[in-house]
Amino acid sequence: MDADKNFVVGIFNDEDVLLDGIRKVRSSGVKIQEVYSPFPVHGIDDALGYKKSRLPIAAFIFGMTGTSLALLMQIWMLGFDWPMIIGGKNFASLPPFIPVTFELTVLLSALGMVGTFMIVSDMKPYKWPRQYDIRSTEDMHVMAIDLAVNAGKSKDELKRLLNESGAVEVNEKSFE
Amino acid sequence: MAVTSVIREPLVTGGKTIKDVSHDISRQVEGKPTKLWWMAMAISLALLGLGGYACAMLLWHGIGVWGLNKTVGWAWDITNFVWWVGIGHAGTLISAILLLFRQRWRMSINRAAEAMTIFAVICAASFPGFHMGRLWLGFYWALPLPNTFGSLWVNFNSPLLWDVFAISTYFTVSLVFWYMGLIPDFAVIRDRAIVQGNKVRATVYNALSFGWQGGAKTWMRYESVALILAGLSTPLVLSVHTIVSMDFATSVIPGWHTTIFPPYFVAGAIFSGFAMVLTLLIVTRKVFKLEDYITIYHIELMNIVIIITGSIVGIAYITELFISWYSRVPYEGYAFYNRVVGPYAWSYWAMMTCNVISPQLFWIKKIRTSIVATFVLSIIVNIGMWFERFVIIVTSLHRDYIPSSWTMFYPTWYDVGQYVFTFGIFFTAFFLFAKFFPVINMAEVKSIIKSTSEKK
Repeated sequence: MDADKNFVVGIFNDEDVLLDGIRKVRSSGVKIQEVYSPFPVHGIDDALGYKKSRLPIAAFIFGMTGTSLALLMQIWMLGFDWPMIIGGKNFASLPPFIPVTFELTVLLSALGMVGTFMIVSDMKPYKWPRQYDIRSTEDMHVMAIDLAVNAGKSKDELKRLLNESGAVEVNEKSFE
Repeated sequence: MAVTSVIREPLVTGGKTIKDVSHDISRQVEGKPTKLWWMAMAISLALLGLGGYACAMLLWHGIGVWGLNKTVGWAWDITNFVWWVGIGHAGTLISAILLLFRQRWRMSINRAAEAMTIFAVICAASFPGFHMGRLWLGFYWALPLPNTFGSLWVNFNSPLLWDVFAISTYFTVSLVFWYMGLIPDFAVIRDRAIVQGNKVRATVYNALSFGWQGGAKTWMRYESVALILAGLSTPLVLSVHTIVSMDFATSVIPGWHTTIFPPYFVAGAIFSGFAMVLTLLIVTRKVFKLEDYITIYHIELMNIVIIITGSIVGIAYITELFISWYSRVPYEGYAFYNRVVGPYAWSYWAMMTCNVISPQLFWIKKIRTSIVATFVLSIIVNIGMWFERFVIIVTSLHRDYIPSSWTMFYPTWYDVGQYVFTFGIFFTAFFLFAKFFPVINMAEVKSIIKSTSEKK
């Protein structure tokens, strides 16, 4: 059986039941493909054993790029490329360069981080998501378990496990 | 298992379930526009057309059509610019600063407030754009782009240039923040369209949602992005009006040359922004029947922010007056004496009444929980805040150092037309947003339904 094709799908209608359910399913040695929710569930990343996102690091690096580029640009333009006497001040004095440096830091940090998020999450306007259950954006939490990945357990065992973990409904879903 | 706090008032009333949230908020996106919406749209488009004519005339003849003269070189244009930028500030305060403070009451109002921010910044940016006379060259002159004069670069020592960077960064980051919030909600509308069998709508909203699926990993990253964007937007929003105030404060004009300006402008911005949010939301909740999501409690909390910021603004006015006397600088003293009793005293006292006295009425619980009183006072506050900028700008300029240059400013129809034009942009954009985008952040409201929804 190929991976990423045949799934058992558990539907949960309460976030606290879901969190207990995830722990129960994982402790019985079953690997969960992913859980889809209509809203962010507090603590679900710990329950699923996800590592913390490294996006803050990306944001910091992009921000620092903005700081350096802004300072280099201003010092080079007004200090070296075309020095202008403005009120007898130094050609390249730092204090008046702070506002633009700050703004470009924020701009690059925000755009860079959001761009990184879009890329790592594979978000594209022309992409249709693979829907395990259409209600996962409306009001239900949907847990997908890949049959091929959990070949050690039969389909019925997995279904029983989901029912015992608090799923209000258990379905099968296959993709071509 | 329902956990409802006994101390705090519920944020969502009417015993709503998670399914109701999707239904109540997607409803106006899916339905045909109502007659009321078409009427509102017709009025906005009429304003846009009327103002568009004034703008076209301005571009054709040049900014001489405005009422500016040699002494008063800045008047309605910059007054309106600062007024609109200020209004924008409430959106970021609600979405970013209240997120950092974990204020959950922001959740039903942040979407509309952020939309208002974006449209208000567009309106604001139109004024310096048109003031340059040649709108199409604006980008070229304002940004550090290579040119055939050397290259002769822009002057990074000038607060006006800082403003270019501040406003454009503010606009971009607010837009990204707002759009990030919209992505999961677009997916809700897409999935409802799939169920309803509407292929066109499903495709459009899927593209808008970037194929959002809502996996736990994506949500985890999404929350991390939202938190950092809030962290970035918080100093950003404070920097924007600080830099706007530096347009004045770094000059040597009596009445402008004061160190109090940055905090005073930021407080005033939040004050006027919250007033505009209230004006818009009181109408929106009524038209779209969202009384269970935007409750009297939300309105009361916003009115409390208005009392606080209004009082800060009041203290700033009094401090300015005191310092102008205490500093013993004759020019500074005269500038303020002239504001209070001079030919523009009527605008000074209009400002004082609207901004300092009228919001104090919100100390009375009956007034701050009354829809009609809030609506009227929110408009009065925005009139007052317009006068504040007019007073600061025109009364400081119209009495020049040389008495022979003393003059008055009289707006022409083109000044008025330009202002009307921005109202046209603002309301057209807001009504389009209200019809085609979900006006309340569904994902966030759903996440608090279990803990703060009033049970039937």
